[in-house]
Amino acid sequence: MGSRASTLLREEEIEEIKKETGFSHSQITRLYSRFTSLDKGENGTLSREDFQRIPELAINPLGDRIINAFFPEGEDQVNFRGFMRTLAHFRPIEDNEKNKDPIASEPLNSRSNKLLFAFRLYDLDRDDKISRDELLQVLRMMVGVNISDEQLGSIADRTIQEADQNGDNSISFNEFIKVGNVYILYIDIDIDI
Amino acid sequence: MEDLWSIAVVLLQVWFSVMIGFIMIPAMFGLSLGVTSVYIQILVKILEVTVRKLDEKGGSMEQEMGELRRYRTQSISRGEFALSDSFYFYIKGLESIVDDQVTQRFSSEELVSWNLLTRTNHNFHYISLRLTIIWGLGVIIRYCVLFPLRITLAIIGLTWLVIGTTLVGFLPNNRLKNWLSELVHLMCYRICARGLSATIQYHNKLNKPQKGGICVANHTSPIDIVILANDGCYAMVGQSHGGLMGVIQRSMVRSCPHVWFERSEMRDRNAVTSRLRAHVAAKTNLPILIFPEGTCINNTSVMMFKKGSFEIGGTIYPVAIKYDPRFGDAFWNSAKYNMVNYLLRMMTSWAIVVNVWYLPPMTRRVGEDAAQFANRVKSAIAHQGGLLDMAWDGSLKRAKVKEEFKEQQQKMYSSMVMGKKGRNSQEPHTESTRRQ
Repeated sequence: MGSRASTLLREEEIEEIKKETGFSHSQITRLYSRFTSLDKGENGTLSREDFQRIPELAINPLGDRIINAFFPEGEDQVNFRGFMRTLAHFRPIEDNEKNKDPIASEPLNSRSNKLLFAFRLYDLDRDDKISRDELLQVLRMMVGVNISDEQLGSIADRTIQEADQNGDNSISFNEFIKVGNVYILYIDIDIDI
Repeated sequence: MEDLWSIAVVLLQVWFSVMIGFIMIPAMFGLSLGVTSVYIQILVKILEVTVRKLDEKGGSMEQEMGELRRYRTQSISRGEFALSDSFYFYIKGLESIVDDQVTQRFSSEELVSWNLLTRTNHNFHYISLRLTIIWGLGVIIRYCVLFPLRITLAIIGLTWLVIGTTLVGFLPNNRLKNWLSELVHLMCYRICARGLSATIQYHNKLNKPQKGGICVANHTSPIDIVILANDGCYAMVGQSHGGLMGVIQRSMVRSCPHVWFERSEMRDRNAVTSRLRAHVAAKTNLPILIFPEGTCINNTSVMMFKKGSFEIGGTIYPVAIKYDPRFGDAFWNSAKYNMVNYLLRMMTSWAIVVNVWYLPPMTRRVGEDAAQFANRVKSAIAHQGGLLDMAWDGSLKRAKVKEEFKEQQQKMYSSMVMGKKGRNSQEPHTESTRRQ
């Protein structure tokens, strides 16, 4: 963590990020400090290797998917704004959050945005459906080599059966919400300052 | 012009006599005039009074994480596979992106309250005029008064080390030589310690490492050597360098045996082990000093001990070293600062305040392998020094984590999923927060 952390982030930028993501001033500076400590190349952006250097993330079975979520389509670098935007999905929902602007768009960390984010982690091709293959992919990442193809296939089939309501043999976003909703409350991270 | 010159000469003379009389000579004989301890006390008082306001509040992230985890683990243990299982991994992953246990060990510790050194305060905001003035005074004192003093002492110490050990080296091998060699080494390290304004508190001196043993300690910086050598003589182990370090190394070896390796030899583990074994076997040799972590860690935790040092045999004397971060950040971040830069930073800190604990000697138990023994010693050191005992490998500073650990995670999850199909799962349901 360099002592140049707070000097490189201008006040206007902090304000913009605050408006866009809802993080507080101290949370933003704290995360900027973290961003710069991960940025070994010191060029203001993070690459996939920078994320891979975190051991706890590298051993996470879904680590690669999580890392991909930070990078927009086809890009290899993410800057601080992008970094914050992704993390903003997981900012805890506070009771006292009032929309200052009635026509402002929904905050990034609203329940449905969180679920959409989680849904997209499964639905790689963005066709708004989780197909059997996409589900199998995630399952395979989580269990490694420890479960056979047939067993994994039947688990996937069963899961789709339980969630699928319109019989198209895939899980749409609405069907996903019904399954995932209970746990969505716990999908937030605390950034403690 | 001439007057100025003669004044300068007089000042220089006064300077040197103060140094020699008040600092060097007592240092050489292990006495202390108590100036440093008074200085430390004054410093503590000033820091407490002026910087009270900067205390930052905040519970730990870990406490709140623990609560969230309780909900999630329940959800996993109830059903087979649920779509939300993946959320568990997502959250763990995101949390490790925001802050993780390992990479923070490789950068300096963050302080709760500021110690008037800008280098330790990352979010230096302008707080008040009073604080800024005191900080300014601090800078002047540290750079203009303390720093020249310390640099002169360090140079004298090192020069004397080289000259003294070379002179002793001319004597034939007998008890007199050993005694003189120990004396010379001690004197020089004491002068060097004064050169860093180091205040060292040794605890449990009766457990001090004996001849023919191996001393292991946690590693924070190259200064650890100076700290330990102030109280006893050790045989150093390390790579032979060129340049100034090489000169020092070669002269040290003349007066008593140290173990210096060529770079090529270091890769051959067997050669290293056999050389160290030979050294330990000769019971009259000084105890070897080894840092099994293999790299500098930031003094908040102890990372995995490499088992190589524990395969040599002999008695292990563990030592715990804890620096007080209020007075200066002793951690050497070798990625950020080179050695010279680091030493300059050390010499312009307030002081170095260290606690050294000698732990009772340990030997390998029957049926215990080197890795388990290493872990046992590591826990003892971590416990004594008040440091976190981590199973992560210090070499993660530079190298990537091994694939096997990811496979372990996958295996655990698989058994959770399969176990629900009526078969009893053998794996205990544990949080894998720390893995070897």
